Amino acid sequence: MSVAAAFFYLFSGVMIASAFMVIAARNPVHSVLFLILAFVNASGLFILLGAEFLAMILIVVYVGAVAVLFLFVVMMLDVDFAELKQGFLQYLPVGALIGLIVALELVLVVGGFAPSQAALGAPRSPAPADVSNTMAIGLVLYTKHVYFFQAAGLILLTAMIGAIVLTLRHRPDIKRQDISEQNARTRDEAVEIRKVPSRTGV
Amino acid sequence: MIELTHYLIVAAILFTIGVCGIILNRKNIIVILMSVELILLAVNINLVAFSSFLGDLTGQIFSLFILTVAAAEAAIGLAILVTYYRNRGTIAVEDINLMKG
Repeated sequence: MSVAAAFFYLFSGVMIASAFMVIAARNPVHSVLFLILAFVNASGLFILLGAEFLAMILIVVYVGAVAVLFLFVVMMLDVDFAELKQGFLQYLPVGALIGLIVALELVLVVGGFAPSQAALGAPRSPAPADVSNTMAIGLVLYTKHVYFFQAAGLILLTAMIGAIVLTLRHRPDIKRQDISEQNARTRDEAVEIRKVPSRTGV
Repeated sequence: MIELTHYLIVAAILFTIGVCGIILNRKNIIVILMSVELILLAVNINLVAFSSFLGDLTGQIFSLFILTVAAAEAAIGLAILVTYYRNRGTIAVEDINLMKG
């Protein structure tokens, strides 16, 4: 067994085991940590496939951003997760049945699969042999797929605005500093001069 | 020697685990979101495996866009979750009936 095959079985075995622990762990924090482990192993698989750029993107985007976002939300919400875990055994038979059927069908389809010669013959964007994976992706992404690239940027912008709008809340009962109001104050409206007559008070 | 089929079977198993996770953790929406992430990861593995074995970069480009959409989906989903928790004080899926759908 070659080294690449050994690493394939290591990465895929750990990835599947940790994916199983994601859905089976009692504590959601453990679920998120197992999700991180699964993503790290998937990026190992990507490196084995020669897709280094996507492997690094997977680490940066998923482990660095999405999984930490999940971790924040899980730790921020004060929820009784043991109560939410009830019904796990109740749904276990139907879940196992559906999972078994889906897995069986997928393995049946995939097991006897071979790409057709027509697909092998003419790749739409053939991978250049003499440049690195990152450069090859850049050469295709910014030329042939530039509109999709812009659309991806718009999707991220929409998601950012949506997340901010959803979670922003204005609380009227707290005091805030309003710098424009401070700068717009003039001497006339801030200072009032009164003539106080003697022996009468204000 | 590791063939394309090996990667496809690994992705199929991962996909199945994600689908089972949605069914088994029907009350916990955070684990449901994580299962959706697992399903998307399985799809990405398929695309990258095909891209690598067919020598065609289009699969990796597609996988990049799937990553983008998945990140946006996770951000929006968690934002909705936080807003819902702030309003109702619970995230149990069966209590989500504000719109009487």
